[in-house]
Amino acid sequence: MTSAQPRLEVRVLTKSFFGVQVLHEVSFDAHGGRVLGMIGENGSGKSTTMNLLTGVLPADGGTILLDGRPFSPKSRRESDAAGIAFIQQELNIFPNLSVAENLFLLHPPRRFTSLPFVSRSRLNANARALLRKVDLDVSPTTLAGAMSAGERQLLEIARGLSGNARIFIFDEPTSSLTAREATRLFEIIKRLRDDGAAVLYISHDLEDVLELSNDVMVMRDGRVTLCAVSAAVSTSELVIAMVGRPIETLYAERPAARTKTMPVLEVSGLTAPGFLENVSLRIGRGEVVGIAGLMGSGRSELARTLFGLDRHRAGTVRVNGEVMPSGDVKARLAAGVAFLTEDRRHEGLMMDASVADNMALAALPAFASPVTRLIERKRLLRAIQELGQRLNLKSGDVRTAPVRSLSGGNQQKVVLGKWLLRQPRLFILDEPTRGVDVGAKQDVYRLFAELADTGLAILVISSELEELIGICDRIHVMRRGEFIAEFPRERFDREAILRAAFGQGHAA
Amino acid sequence: MSEVIRFGSNGRLLQWVPLGIFVILIASFGVLSPRFLTGENLGAILVQSSWLVLVALGMNFVLLAAGVDLSVGAVMYVVAVAVGMGLANVPVWLCLLCSIIVGGVCGAINASLIVGLGLPAFIVTLAILFVGRGLGLFFSSTRIVYASPAIASLGRSSLLGIPVPLWIAGVTISVAWLLLDRTALGPFLRSTGADAEGARRTGVPTKAVTWSVYVLCGAFAGLGGFISLSQISAASAAFGQNAEFLAIAAAVLGGTSLSGGRGNLRAPVIGAVLITTVQNGLVMINANPYAYPVITGAVIFVAALLDSIRSQVQVRLERRAVRPNSSEFAIHGVRSQ
Repeated sequence: MTSAQPRLEVRVLTKSFFGVQVLHEVSFDAHGGRVLGMIGENGSGKSTTMNLLTGVLPADGGTILLDGRPFSPKSRRESDAAGIAFIQQELNIFPNLSVAENLFLLHPPRRFTSLPFVSRSRLNANARALLRKVDLDVSPTTLAGAMSAGERQLLEIARGLSGNARIFIFDEPTSSLTAREATRLFEIIKRLRDDGAAVLYISHDLEDVLELSNDVMVMRDGRVTLCAVSAAVSTSELVIAMVGRPIETLYAERPAARTKTMPVLEVSGLTAPGFLENVSLRIGRGEVVGIAGLMGSGRSELARTLFGLDRHRAGTVRVNGEVMPSGDVKARLAAGVAFLTEDRRHEGLMMDASVADNMALAALPAFASPVTRLIERKRLLRAIQELGQRLNLKSGDVRTAPVRSLSGGNQQKVVLGKWLLRQPRLFILDEPTRGVDVGAKQDVYRLFAELADTGLAILVISSELEELIGICDRIHVMRRGEFIAEFPRERFDREAILRAAFGQGHAA
Repeated sequence: MSEVIRFGSNGRLLQWVPLGIFVILIASFGVLSPRFLTGENLGAILVQSSWLVLVALGMNFVLLAAGVDLSVGAVMYVVAVAVGMGLANVPVWLCLLCSIIVGGVCGAINASLIVGLGLPAFIVTLAILFVGRGLGLFFSSTRIVYASPAIASLGRSSLLGIPVPLWIAGVTISVAWLLLDRTALGPFLRSTGADAEGARRTGVPTKAVTWSVYVLCGAFAGLGGFISLSQISAASAAFGQNAEFLAIAAAVLGGTSLSGGRGNLRAPVIGAVLITTVQNGLVMINANPYAYPVITGAVIFVAALLDSIRSQVQVRLERRAVRPNSSEFAIHGVRSQ
């Protein structure tokens, strides 16, 4: 490809977790002045490879050459010092530190070169310069906790730019960015490339990868299955290399919309000052209703309020005809409402507990013997194993495998399973497929369709419009805490929905 | 929303709660005892509080890094016994230095067990509490240990009209300020306290951070023990008892979080002075001595309650309004596209 020596050469890297080999002889090169796109399903080994490159995890075998010299980092500090900037998918932004402190956490500018005293004025000035680079309009002294998810992602990117890195690794950087923020990020990446840096760009968005990268590599099951010049491959070739088979239909067939069914959820005039304004909504048995809207449009606040995590001031929420008091989660749970949060890592899962323990948690009372109230373990385990099969869950023994050892997609299936074991009547899903790979997405969509057929009412919130269009019977569009448009399935129109979400007249 | 506004739109009003309690306490003690509100007594409160300020400052480092150190009271006693018995004929400045070193070594023992063996800080420092007090009792044969006349006079002497304990507290506060605010240690231990694994992944040397907070805490406690000894001139078997709880209460009362990551330098200082004021006031109004622990318990309870309310407000503050009609939130809340 290029004649010059690669900036980074990775040769036959191997790694095992819990006795399972997750990387098989991974080899690739990254060149200065070029963007290498990396794609693969969750659990294919991309993130593990990056963790080895940056010293977060030790490698079992293989070599890494940096500018031709052997390189085996033992910590992020070492890889940082060697000029590798790693912008991670899991945000490492500390909400209790200021923006400037987050940016220069490891190497704050010193007042005197030989003494470890920080110069606050230079710290803030340097931070301001970096924030300008990513177009982030906040004061360096703001606490990072006061920023939105997208802004924090930009902050993480700015932190990557703070050193003198010559290799930049972006792991899923666009998952919480708005379209405009993402465009801005692409400009930054192109500028880094033109300045001679080697960029590794990991994403689930194939079109983004092809547009941005010079070279592209695909991983599957811990192996590199394709390495090519981006201009020479098509998205369908990438998909085949990624899943080992072409995916014909991502979304299950949706029969004609059912509108005359019994209502499960009836919301009228729901108002929470500052967050929600006069929201009315009705979901019948077996209906799948979607909420579209930009990040910060009040989508997640609606979900939290419906589930009783936040309080509302006016309006009513009825589940199966029964009025739900404001801010009362217990009443919702008793009425058969389930809620999949946006943040599964912090709110949904015990990472070190087994798959079975996680799934059982919310449903234990249902598996207690009617007489002794002791848990009927066999019945519980059978139900969990059946559910695991329905979800197409890929894990070791469900009784022993810790959730931490699962890929992102399979972790999400465990959270779904945990709620489904309670046999809910209304399922509220906030970003159910964020960070989930194509294969697992397909499993999840098929499951939703099946569940709806059995009468479950589903409310889905998603940033991916394609997804809502694929699975919903109806889509409501939210903007500034209000429902501003409603589209039934037969009138689904990508452009019209986007236009509504962005405010009339300003198409995306 | 409405609750947030009542606490001040950025939670700042909560910071004034301890100060409000402070003012109310001073006023009521002043009404109940004519001797309380004299300049002499208020100065005495500051001098009396200096040892607790030091110990709470050290505890503050540990709390910020989401740890806890229950051994500080025992460390104070060990230092008092060492200085009173072993260093009777040694110059005062060397005694002071030795107190810091002995305290630091105790902290290093805590740290080595916590970092090296991965044991929970609660258990390790609880064990060191018993070991330390046991050693002190062993070497002193449970008898009262007296400070040398030189040390005792230090606690009562003044420099430029300001009592020496206050000078020492002032210098220590400055050192703590430099460490927390003007070196990378501050952000390091805040990030470790907020999310230790995330901090490690980012490249923060979390083990070194944990080491340094326990060594600092021990050293500060050692110095606090020295000051306390120089003020009382003698250390009985109960010297430094319950200091760990007073120190934790002081830091938390001032605004440092029990769950790590959140807090500042003012917190332990304000909290320590507040607690000492309560103790002094109870003496001044001739309260029943059996009521002291009850009142101290109430202070610790208020500290924990404030911490819990602050955390809840924090959670609500991190929610962002999406509608433009909600005052200042909207400026950043709405991404106009």
